Amino acid sequence: MTDLALGSNRPLELAERRRFLALRKLAAHRSFKIGLLIVSVLVLAAFIGPWLTGIDPTSMRIRNKFKPPSDQFLMGTDNYGRDVLTRVLYGGQLSLGIGFFVALLSGIAGTIVGVVAGHFRALDAYLMRVMDALLAFPAILVAIGIGAALGPQATSIVVALAVAYVPRTARVVRASTLVIREMEYIEAARVSGASNLRIIVKHILPNCLGPLTVQLTFVFAYAILAEAALSFLGIGPPPPAPSWGNIIAEGRDHAVEAWWIMLFPGIAISLAALGMNLLGDGLRDVLDPRLKIES
Amino acid sequence: MLRIVVIRLIQAIPVLLLIAVMAFILMHLIPGDPAVVIAGADAGPAAVERIRHELGLDRPILEQLLSWLVNLGTGDFGRSLVLNQTVLSAVGERLPVTMSLAMLSLAITLPVGVFLGILAAYFRGSWIDAAVMTLALVGVSVPAFWIGILSVILFSVTLGWFPSAGYAPLLANGPGAWLSSLIQPAFILSLFQIGFLARMTRSGMLDVLDQDFIRTARAKGVSEWRTVGRHAFRNALVGVVTVAGIILSLLIGGSVVIEQVFALPGIGRLVVQAILARDYPLIQGTMLLFGFAFVVINICVDLIYLWVDPRVRYD
Repeated sequence: MTDLALGSNRPLELAERRRFLALRKLAAHRSFKIGLLIVSVLVLAAFIGPWLTGIDPTSMRIRNKFKPPSDQFLMGTDNYGRDVLTRVLYGGQLSLGIGFFVALLSGIAGTIVGVVAGHFRALDAYLMRVMDALLAFPAILVAIGIGAALGPQATSIVVALAVAYVPRTARVVRASTLVIREMEYIEAARVSGASNLRIIVKHILPNCLGPLTVQLTFVFAYAILAEAALSFLGIGPPPPAPSWGNIIAEGRDHAVEAWWIMLFPGIAISLAALGMNLLGDGLRDVLDPRLKIES
Repeated sequence: MLRIVVIRLIQAIPVLLLIAVMAFILMHLIPGDPAVVIAGADAGPAAVERIRHELGLDRPILEQLLSWLVNLGTGDFGRSLVLNQTVLSAVGERLPVTMSLAMLSLAITLPVGVFLGILAAYFRGSWIDAAVMTLALVGVSVPAFWIGILSVILFSVTLGWFPSAGYAPLLANGPGAWLSSLIQPAFILSLFQIGFLARMTRSGMLDVLDQDFIRTARAKGVSEWRTVGRHAFRNALVGVVTVAGIILSLLIGGSVVIEQVFALPGIGRLVVQAILARDYPLIQGTMLLFGFAFVVINICVDLIYLWVDPRVRYD
């Protein structure tokens, strides 16, 4: 028994060493650093910025409407005289929040589907055919369908987008599971009497985490973009509470005479998605060297 | 060749069936009664009930699903609840718009993306390489519809170079008007795929350029142009074909939003309107069409493999 305990100590140390090396590599990765910087600035701006400006994003002053960017209104005002800067800051809370919860939800659901399909081979064909069929529709259409079904709320957008992206996360987790379950130490665990649940939780899940994290940063970026597209199509989070998408959607009608209303939230969306994509590229290079595209 | 096509089509049947069932389920998730929508605001409950019965919406869900599937088998996609036409004719009317848009964007994306990818691989680490990487990153980070609106403001409203909205059918208006109505949306759609294709082409080329037979070709005096263009690219082509298939799917998906920006009466616009109007048969029909297109594209990609790479065998 003591021998076994000693034996299990060594790989743990190795794992820790590897984690430390991965962190050091990340800290040196240029696009990861840029991505992290962009995302942190946006998150801070969205969650602390509104508190600093102290303006209500929904307060209307018709007298101020369609003011171009100036010292007083850095990003101008919209058709109701609302301050666009304040709305973009508050909109960040909703848009980044939607991105985060879509990544979280599709990560959880995708992990369950992927591990079950990869570990219990009898269910694989059925589960993955359903995923393939779901993947056959453009993600935005699946999201429109579910979003329209659940009604115009931020939570239904989260559910709709999470369902639309589950096939991607499920595939990544399944692929990792298939590789890991053939490893000798899984066989050893099985022989020593470990249950399926224990094998999955202790051995398979930790090893899926790297590729899954990479995929989820991309899902986060997709979700921010998709929220904007859904708002544009009229099924995003409902006004007057601002999201980056619905500010653009509302500004579209005045795009010619008041371009600033839709310009700035679009830049915010692009920066957020860019930041997440850079983060994802960095994580992929470090956590998942097999998939490395750059040379 | 024909045998392979037939086998692939037969293999696709269960996937298509599943797609049909999912399209049906997705639709019936949507709350709201189409019969109420059709009957109008001031119709009594009896009128709503009558319409519901006429449409078969009062029957059990499973029965509705089965009868829809049986009708599909005979080529009957049903009638739209809102538009006064069959699903097939509604789709048929709008298909040319979406196909024109997708094909035109593909015609822009393929040569530009492949060319940039080869350049980036050949001049690895140069500014071209960096530009291609940046373009790929922009393509996955900027909302397409937002660029579309900005582009309309600049090129249509301010400069007046292109029409800002609407579609000019090829046969009725001639190729000039057709092209000018599509070039702006097609270019914007392409902008988002060129970087992706270039990046994939680049990595495929990098794998090949380091191999021995390239050095051999150079050593025996084959011109540099021919070495890269024929020997290397031919081998990188398999990857490019896969990506081209994915890109065509993405272009069709992307057209859903871009058609809204440019008010193009295509399938994407049709399906969004159908979803918002709870038009069950129309949504099911168009969703099925999207799924079918996806399956057909994948079969085409497999067939092009056979032609491009003689090592590939499907048996």
